[in-house]
Amino acid sequence: MKLLQNLFDSVRPHFEKGGKLENYYRVLEGFETLVFVPGHVTHRGTHIKDAIDLKRTMFFVVIALVPSLLFGMWNTGHQHFLATGEFGGLAEGFIDKLLFGAMLVLPLVIVSYTVGLAIEFAIAAKNNHPVNEGFLVSGMLIPLVLPADVPLWMVAVATAFAVIIGKEVFGGTGMNILNPALTARAFLFFAYPTKMSGNIVWVPTGDKTPVDGFTGETLLSQAYNAPDGSNFGEVAYDMAGYQYGSMADTMWASFWGWVPGSIGETSTFAILIGAVLLLWTGIASWRVMLSFFAGGLGMSILFNLWGANPFMDVYPLQQLFMGGFMFGLVFMATDPVSATQTTTGKWIYGFFGGFLSIMIRVFNPAYPEGVMVAILFMNVMAPLIDHYVVQANINRRLKRAKVATA
Amino acid sequence: MANQVKIRRGADIKLQGEAEKVKSDAPLPSSFALKPTDFQGLIPKMCVKQGDTVKAGDPIFYDKTNEHVKFTSPVSGEVAEIVRGEKRRILEVRIIPDSTQDYAAFDVSNLDSAEGVKKILMASGYWGFLRQRPYDIIADPTQTPKAIFISAFDSAPLAPDYDFLLHGQKNAFQAGLDAISKLTKGKVHLTTRGRSSADEVFTEASGVEKNTITGPHPAGNVGIQIHHIDPINKGDIVWTINAQAVAMIGRFIKTGKVDFSKIIALAGSEVEKPRYLHTWVGASMKSIVDGQVNEGDNRVISGNVLSGIQVEENGYLGFHDDLVTVIPEGRDPQFLGWIAPNLRKLSFSRAYMSWLMPSKEFRLNTNMNGEDRAFVVTGQYERVFPMDIYPVFLLKAIMTKDVEKMEVLGIYEVAPEDMALCEFGCTSKMEVQRILREGLDLAREELG
Repeated sequence: MKLLQNLFDSVRPHFEKGGKLENYYRVLEGFETLVFVPGHVTHRGTHIKDAIDLKRTMFFVVIALVPSLLFGMWNTGHQHFLATGEFGGLAEGFIDKLLFGAMLVLPLVIVSYTVGLAIEFAIAAKNNHPVNEGFLVSGMLIPLVLPADVPLWMVAVATAFAVIIGKEVFGGTGMNILNPALTARAFLFFAYPTKMSGNIVWVPTGDKTPVDGFTGETLLSQAYNAPDGSNFGEVAYDMAGYQYGSMADTMWASFWGWVPGSIGETSTFAILIGAVLLLWTGIASWRVMLSFFAGGLGMSILFNLWGANPFMDVYPLQQLFMGGFMFGLVFMATDPVSATQTTTGKWIYGFFGGFLSIMIRVFNPAYPEGVMVAILFMNVMAPLIDHYVVQANINRRLKRAKVATA
Repeated sequence: MANQVKIRRGADIKLQGEAEKVKSDAPLPSSFALKPTDFQGLIPKMCVKQGDTVKAGDPIFYDKTNEHVKFTSPVSGEVAEIVRGEKRRILEVRIIPDSTQDYAAFDVSNLDSAEGVKKILMASGYWGFLRQRPYDIIADPTQTPKAIFISAFDSAPLAPDYDFLLHGQKNAFQAGLDAISKLTKGKVHLTTRGRSSADEVFTEASGVEKNTITGPHPAGNVGIQIHHIDPINKGDIVWTINAQAVAMIGRFIKTGKVDFSKIIALAGSEVEKPRYLHTWVGASMKSIVDGQVNEGDNRVISGNVLSGIQVEENGYLGFHDDLVTVIPEGRDPQFLGWIAPNLRKLSFSRAYMSWLMPSKEFRLNTNMNGEDRAFVVTGQYERVFPMDIYPVFLLKAIMTKDVEKMEVLGIYEVAPEDMALCEFGCTSKMEVQRILREGLDLAREELG
C-alpha cells in the first residue's frame, strides 16, 4: 500500500500543471482514486460525510450482474452443445460449456469496457473533468443484452455510439436521457437487425451441424409462432428439439434460464440474485421494480382474459420470465439517471414500463419482444412524468397560500 | 397542546463524545471577537477604531441598512484588531478584556410596546439573536412577523440538551418570552420534543403556543417545525430565536445590564471530558478547547458537525452557537476504501453495515469519502428531508439561477441547516448548503 502510494506520489508531478503529461492528469486521477479514496477533507457545509460514493454504488451494480454473467457464459455453452447434440443433459460437460461460453462472452465484455473506458478517459482528459464511474455498469450491461455470437466490431461501434451520442453529448453521466446500455442495444438492433433478431443469432453452433429439429428459435419466438388453438407451454421445445410437454416445465426452464436468448437475460434466477443485492443495499429503487413487475403482470393477465392467440394465452408469470423482461426490470428500468426522480413518478414510470413491455411484445408485428423499446420510451417520458408530479407540489403550495390569505 | 407533529423522514447521527451533564466554568478568555459574518444579510459599519476602549454593551458596529441595529461588545476592554478579508470586508473585531468590567447603562423601563422592546434590543446588541425567514437572515425591525418560533431542543449530532442547559433559568426565560411576544401580532410557538418530558422552564412557560414534534433529526430545526405548524407562504415573515438567547434577553431586561455569558456544550470524539461550560458570546476558542482535546490533527467546529463553522486555533465562538465540536481530520488516503467493508464508517446507505448497528456511536472524521459528481442517485435527499418540497428540483433551480422556479418550489421555507442531512448523505458529494445559501441570497436580491 505504501509502495503504491509512493508510486502515485512519484509520478504525480509529471501530470500536474507544467508537467509533461499535464493533459492526462484526469487519467491519472481516475486510476489513483480507484486505488485510494483520496485524503480530501471537507471545508464548508457538513464537516462529516456519508461513507457512500459513486464508485461503491456503481460497483455494487456490477457485482449484482455477476450471477447473470456467469450463468450467461455457461448457458451459451449449454445451448451450443444442446444444438450440436453433445452433452445434452443439464449436468453434463459443465466445464466444457463454461469454457465455450467464456470464450465467446469475455471478449465481448473486454471490448465493451476497453472501448467505453477509452472514450470516457479521453473525454475526461480533454474537458478536464473527473472520470465518472457510470460506465462501470454500462460496460457490463452492454454485452449482457447481446446475443453471444455478435461480432466484436459491432460491440465496439455500439459502445462508442452509446457513450458519445447516448451520454457524453448530454454532458456525461447524470445528464443523459436514455439508458446508455439500451442505447447501444437499440443502435445494433436497428443498424444490424440480422445480427440481433431472428432465429439464427441466439445459439452459436460454430461450423458444426446442428441436430435434427434444431430451429434456434427463442421461447418468445415459439410463443409468437405457436399454432392457433395450441397451448404454448405444451408445444415449446428446447434446442435439441425436445418438447417440454407441460406449461410448468416450460416455465421452470425459463425461470432457471437454460433457454436461448441474450447472454444475461435468460436466467430469472440469476437476475433475482442480483435483485436481492440491489434491494438489500437500497441501490436500486424497489418502487420501480415492484411497479414494473405489477405493470407487466397486469398486462399479461389482461391478455390472458382476451386470449385471441396462443401468445396472449401464455401464463402471466411465464410471460414475465421469458425474454428480457426480468433483466430490464432489475437492471435497466432502475437506472436512476434515466428513470423518474420523484417517488410518485417512480410508481408511474415503473408501472407503464412493465405494462408497455408486454403489450409491445405481444402486438409487435416485427419481432416478439418489447422490453427495450418500452424502457427507452419511458426514459423519454420520465422528465414529463416528473414535471407533472412536481407541478402538483407547486399547485399544492400555491393553494395553501390562497387559503392562508382568504 | 396546540400542535402535535410527527415526522418520519430524517436521521439521527450518533457520534462519540456527547457532553456529560456537568456544568463547569471555562477560564476567562484573553480575547473576544464579534464577527459580522455570523449575521446573514448584515452589512456592517464600524463604530469604533482600533485602540478604542469600550464598555460591555457599547456598540462595535451597526447595520448599514438600519443604523439603530447595533452589535455590542460582550465585555469591557480595548478594541485590539479589526480583521478584514477580501475587499476590506470586516471579518472579526477583536477585543481584549479589562480586568474589571464596566457596563453601558440601558433603560429597560419601557417594555410594554413592540417599539419599546425593539428599541432596547437593537441598542443593546441583543437584536442579533433574532433571525428572519424567508432567507434565514437577521430580522428586519421594520417588519412585524406573522409568528415567532422557538425550538426547545436541538436534534443535531452532539447538540446540547436545552432541558439541562436552561434548567433553573425559568424566570429569565419567561421574561424573555414576554418581551419577544410583543414583537408579533400572531403567536409565539414553543416546540418541545414529543414523547419526552421537557424541563419546567419550557413546560411552565406562559403566553406561548406549545407544540410538540416527534421524529429524528432535523425535528429540532425550527424550519421543519415552521413547515409543519404554520408554513411560510409568499409574503409571510416569520422570526425565529434560539431558546438560550431568549433566557439571555430575559436576564438583560430584568437588570438593564448586558450579560453575554452563556452555557455551551463542548463535545466530540476528540474532547477528553465532553461537558457543559460557562463561557461568553464571542469567547476565544483557546479558552474553550485549550488542554481539553486529544493530541492529533483535529478540527474544531463552532456549532455542530453538519452546519457549524470550522474555526482555527485562534478563532472565536460564533454568536449563535451553543456547541463546540472537536472531531479528527481525515487526511489519510484509504486503500480501496470505496469497496472495503468499512465497519467504522457511517452511511445512510445499506451498502455499508452501519444500518445494522443503529445504536453504535461513531467516531467520524472530516474525509470526503469520495469525490464530487453530478447528481446520479435519486430519492436520497427526500429520505432525510421532512418537508413537502422536492429538494433536488429546488437545488437544480438554484444552480440554473431560475428565481421563479425557486419561488414556486419552496425557497421561502428552507434554510441551509434544514438540508444539511441531504448534504451529509449525498452520494455525489454535492455542497447542498452552499448552493442553498447562494439561492437564498439570489432570491432575496430578486424577490425582496
